[in-house]
Amino acid sequence: MKLIENHPILDFHHEDKKKITFSFDGRKMEGFAGEPIAAALHANGVRTYRITPEMKRPRGFFCAIGKCSSCFMTVNGVPNVRTCVTPLEEGMRVETQTGKGVVAAEG
Amino acid sequence: MKSTEILVIGGGPAGLSAAIEAASLGAEVTVLDSDLKLGGQLIKQTHKFFGSKEEHAGTRGLAIADILFEELEGHQASGKVKVLSNATATGYYKEDGVVSYVVGEDEYVRIKPRKIVMATGAQERLIPFPNNDLPGVYGAGAIQTLMNVYGVTPGDKVLMVGAGNIGLIVSYQLMQAGVQIVGILEALPKIGGYWVHAAKIRRMGVPILLQHTISEALGDNLIEGALIQEIDNCFKPVGSPKKVDCDIICLAVGLTPTCELLWQADCSMKFVPQLCGYVARRDALMRTSHPDIWVAGDAAGIEEASAAMVEGRIAGLAAAASLSHGTPEEHKERSALYHKRLEDLRAGEVGEKIRAGLCEVCCECWG
Repeated sequence: MKLIENHPILDFHHEDKKKITFSFDGRKMEGFAGEPIAAALHANGVRTYRITPEMKRPRGFFCAIGKCSSCFMTVNGVPNVRTCVTPLEEGMRVETQTGKGVVAAEG
Repeated sequence: MKSTEILVIGGGPAGLSAAIEAASLGAEVTVLDSDLKLGGQLIKQTHKFFGSKEEHAGTRGLAIADILFEELEGHQASGKVKVLSNATATGYYKEDGVVSYVVGEDEYVRIKPRKIVMATGAQERLIPFPNNDLPGVYGAGAIQTLMNVYGVTPGDKVLMVGAGNIGLIVSYQLMQAGVQIVGILEALPKIGGYWVHAAKIRRMGVPILLQHTISEALGDNLIEGALIQEIDNCFKPVGSPKKVDCDIICLAVGLTPTCELLWQADCSMKFVPQLCGYVARRDALMRTSHPDIWVAGDAAGIEEASAAMVEGRIAGLAAAASLSHGTPEEHKERSALYHKRLEDLRAGEVGEKIRAGLCEVCCECWG
């Protein structure tokens, strides 16, 4: 993970955080429990979070405060999740969202 | 349906100050905050604040947040204040005064407050240029969140657009995080932020290019560089664009007040350029044209966090007073104190723009 280890003012205590695993498009990744999904993806080098419905443009992180819709992804099968304000959990299935996303049929 | 005496929407410097103030007079307060962590932009600030001692000048922003948290915890322990994080206010229903909010992504809740303090803060502005939607073009606040809250390196080489205080401060913060700044662009012929911030950056060898803008972001799926363009006083191009190498383009081109809920509540609004967008008209105690709604902080006009904290105090005080918490003497004494502090913060040349803007939206009292 691309984390800041040495900082003149801040100490992030990365070593004290709870490390968990999740999947991104089927790939296994590590992140910290309770931190935003988008931040964990960024630390793993992932920049593209969705593809827009009409122009098929890649979109990624942008506002980080849940306002801009840029980081919508499909999480555990649910589309349009604001990954910048949704906490990461063990075993989460995170997927690049294409277009408006598809809501899984209820069983 | 839930209910509360005072609902504070937004848990940044203004909202937390409002909650603390109202609770200190005995009001029962609920704070909604859309983020996972409280504190708004304060928790992302590694620099020491200016302003007055009462607003913690000389203390780093994140340490000021800790001071507020400590005060807040006292009121939480006594049950006066309830704080909901990851709870986004989604609507104000003017028929019955109900506020709806969503916890996480799917739990919708309704709450009926008697009074509301809107401390919803601000959102980042964008500027148009080809490829400004590519991953790697980030708002300055987003970069602060990533690196200063979560300790994630945002990128390797950053091109900063905007030399106002945010552009300058975030550039310095990026350097603290070990990230290279390839340059800071400023469309105007002079630096907008405080020179003390600009000087720190110049001393570290980062060029601040005045009368320059970004004309295009380069890359197919990710940012691989940018074309920068010199411009004249009329913002017309001078010469041909130059290519710079970068993997992140950080936009620090201003903020605009977040005021959707104020519109929904039919508050009287006005576009005030000096306050950076539409803001609610308000009286001296921050009450909007809606008798049960107050406004504070960046939502009331873009200004420094120091002023936001005092405005929050005033709004919290007035909302609590309207419910007969505290004595008239207490209200008078505190109000005079806070107004004096605001006046001090807005004195002199730096406060000129804010003072002009406030003239447009402040009234003595609602008729």
